[in-house]
Amino acid sequence: MIEAAALIGFHAVAAAILLNLYRLAAGPDVVDRVLALDTLSINAIALIVLMGIAFGSELYFEAALIMAMFGFVATVAFCKFLLRGDVIE
Amino acid sequence: MIAFLSELAVALLILAGSFFLLVGSYGLAKLPSLIQRLHAPTKSSTLGIGGLLLASMLHTWTVEGRFSIHELLISLFLFLTAPITAHMLAKARFLRSRAEAQRLPPTGRPADWATLEAPEREPARN
Repeated sequence: MIEAAALIGFHAVAAAILLNLYRLAAGPDVVDRVLALDTLSINAIALIVLMGIAFGSELYFEAALIMAMFGFVATVAFCKFLLRGDVIE
Repeated sequence: MIAFLSELAVALLILAGSFFLLVGSYGLAKLPSLIQRLHAPTKSSTLGIGGLLLASMLHTWTVEGRFSIHELLISLFLFLTAPITAHMLAKARFLRSRAEAQRLPPTGRPADWATLEAPEREPARN
């Protein structure tokens, strides 16, 4: 039962990533693209967590944590650059 | 019986989490303006990833027999950082778009919106 649910989850998250890639390519403003990248990192974390459930391994947890941290830092750096023209003043 | 119920709970949490992730990304692709688009990923995707992490916790506890609260770290981190990223993205949008900035309501104070004010000049460093 968990295998079937994980398979459906994989398909749903893959469709979500495709929608994010569409917004990343089509977004009219730079802020749209930054938002699409942020959502893409969240969906990547979801994919890694689903792989950890489906394959029953503990190793995927560290990858998900690192993705979460880097996604947040990247989005804040992009926004800081858009707001101030510089990342570290 | 308990094993069946816990498997059912894990499967339902996986389905609900991936559904909310899909809804968030669909809203990101579908909604017309950026400020509306900001709503979908910040709320729906955060809820979806929270459901998936709960499913992962319950899976390692009931199916594999180890108690792990590692996943709470990720969900706590994401729940803390999602409002910050949304706030900064909205600030960047209001700074970059003149039309969007003129639709902001008045602040009711002598000062203007902090994002739109000119940055203070730093004193020259010797």
